[in-house]
Amino acid sequence: MLKKLFTNKFLLAGALLFVPTVASAQEINGADTAWILTSTALVLFMTLPGLSLFYGGLVRTKNVLSVLMQCFSIAVAISILWLVVGYSIAFGPSESAYWGGLSKMFFSGIDTSSVSGTIPEATFAGFQMTFAIITPALIVGAFVERIKFSSMLLFSILWTLVVYFPIANWVWGGGWLGQMGLIDFAGGTVVHITAGVAALVLALMIGQRKDFLQSASLPHNLTMSFTGAAMLWVGWFGFNAGSQLAADGVAGMALFVTHISAATGALSWMVIEWIKFGKPSGLGAITGMVAGLATITPASGSVGPAGALLVGLAGGVICYFATTYLKQRMKIDDSLDVFPVHGVGGMVGTFLAGILVSANLGIFSGNGLAEGMTIGSQTGVQIVGILATGTYTAIVTFVLVKVVGAITSGIRVTDEQEQMGCDITDHDEKGYSM
Amino acid sequence: MKLITAIVKPFKADDVREALSEIGVSGVTLTEVKGFGRQKGHTELYRGAEYVIDFLPKSKMEIAVSDDLVDRAIEAICKAAGTGQIGDGKIFVTNLEQSIRIRTGETGNDAL
Repeated sequence: MLKKLFTNKFLLAGALLFVPTVASAQEINGADTAWILTSTALVLFMTLPGLSLFYGGLVRTKNVLSVLMQCFSIAVAISILWLVVGYSIAFGPSESAYWGGLSKMFFSGIDTSSVSGTIPEATFAGFQMTFAIITPALIVGAFVERIKFSSMLLFSILWTLVVYFPIANWVWGGGWLGQMGLIDFAGGTVVHITAGVAALVLALMIGQRKDFLQSASLPHNLTMSFTGAAMLWVGWFGFNAGSQLAADGVAGMALFVTHISAATGALSWMVIEWIKFGKPSGLGAITGMVAGLATITPASGSVGPAGALLVGLAGGVICYFATTYLKQRMKIDDSLDVFPVHGVGGMVGTFLAGILVSANLGIFSGNGLAEGMTIGSQTGVQIVGILATGTYTAIVTFVLVKVVGAITSGIRVTDEQEQMGCDITDHDEKGYSM
Repeated sequence: MKLITAIVKPFKADDVREALSEIGVSGVTLTEVKGFGRQKGHTELYRGAEYVIDFLPKSKMEIAVSDDLVDRAIEAICKAAGTGQIGDGKIFVTNLEQSIRIRTGETGNDAL
């Protein structure tokens, strides 16, 4: 007994001595660094080739290459934009609550000894870069099969510059939403609401495809979409569990709740189709999976395993009805359903995070509210976050589409080019020569 | 000589080929085609909505035969391709003016 007490005291003293050293010196932790390097690869893998294949399979044979090229070109352009100015705007040291300033342009002052938290700053910046890449790539789903390549690229660059970078700062870079205590662990607002809302605005502005809602517009290769969707699921482990920026218990739980939500979203979409049409479709299953993943994203650092079931269920069911309502009732040709899946999923997840974070919900308890917060006040902050990011994105996207349209003399290909397909008209190539 | 064009259900194409071989037909050209008749189309699911597909996949078989084989060939195709269900297909027969075997230059029935 005495010996045990002694040992405990000794350990406690040791721990007390050790903790402040780590905190003040900001030493690099090998385990954390290894996990974030891995996560960086996983999140890039979501865009290249995950999302590209997912989207590519959903369009027609004559447009498959244009979609792959759009995702790839965005990855290329945004990487360079991130180095030049993006990282500085999103995570620079400015005192402003709205942007990070320009002092870290070209990664100024960052070398191998720079530290961010417990990982090298270059690792942190690289990890965040992959989020900046996938967000404009998600928007591609809104305008496939009819946008000019030049308009697409210019829009994606400008949009990332004036929408994504500032909002990343508001939420994650020390900006005003983060200061308010908004819970957005991995990008419900920053990634999914911004991409979803921009997709909706673009779909309305560019107009429907010529054979919208006709059988002729059905997917050309669902095998490709399944492959891409499976890569998205795996990559999302890096997206969400990596967002803890450490290899610890929160990261482990984030990975698990992400997985459960994906499975629940897929299952709920399948069940709805099964009841309604007598058969569950493969595309329905993978779409429900993406909805479950998008919905858990903001909440993945807050909810518990049983809470993740509710999040996935809400994502699958609400995104299903949003998708059919928007397309079949409102006749909006958000071609690959970016808004109803990512936008709506991001909103539902951001909202639910404010509730399911509470540690007083029995089996559905989460990791606990921040000090001084109640479910009511936290939900209020979540709603402010949803409205602020959604509204800002909608307005700026509208202006940008007008500007890009003026520069590239219209953002849409001609009817004849649309009929021929964007592979030939935009790239003088074909996806398939069989 | 006659040219028989048979539109049949794709899963019956092999049966038709075998039946034709048995009565001495020595060549068939098969094309995968799409079309519709009384069977109309079918529906496909796309993210919670049903789309009507107007054109169904069918197999088009073209067979050139001598006049004395025509009736037996038609009978063989009907028997092999028939399921009794709507959508079994159709057979068209047209006059064939000439046929030539490229390798030898043979013409008419000799080239079939």
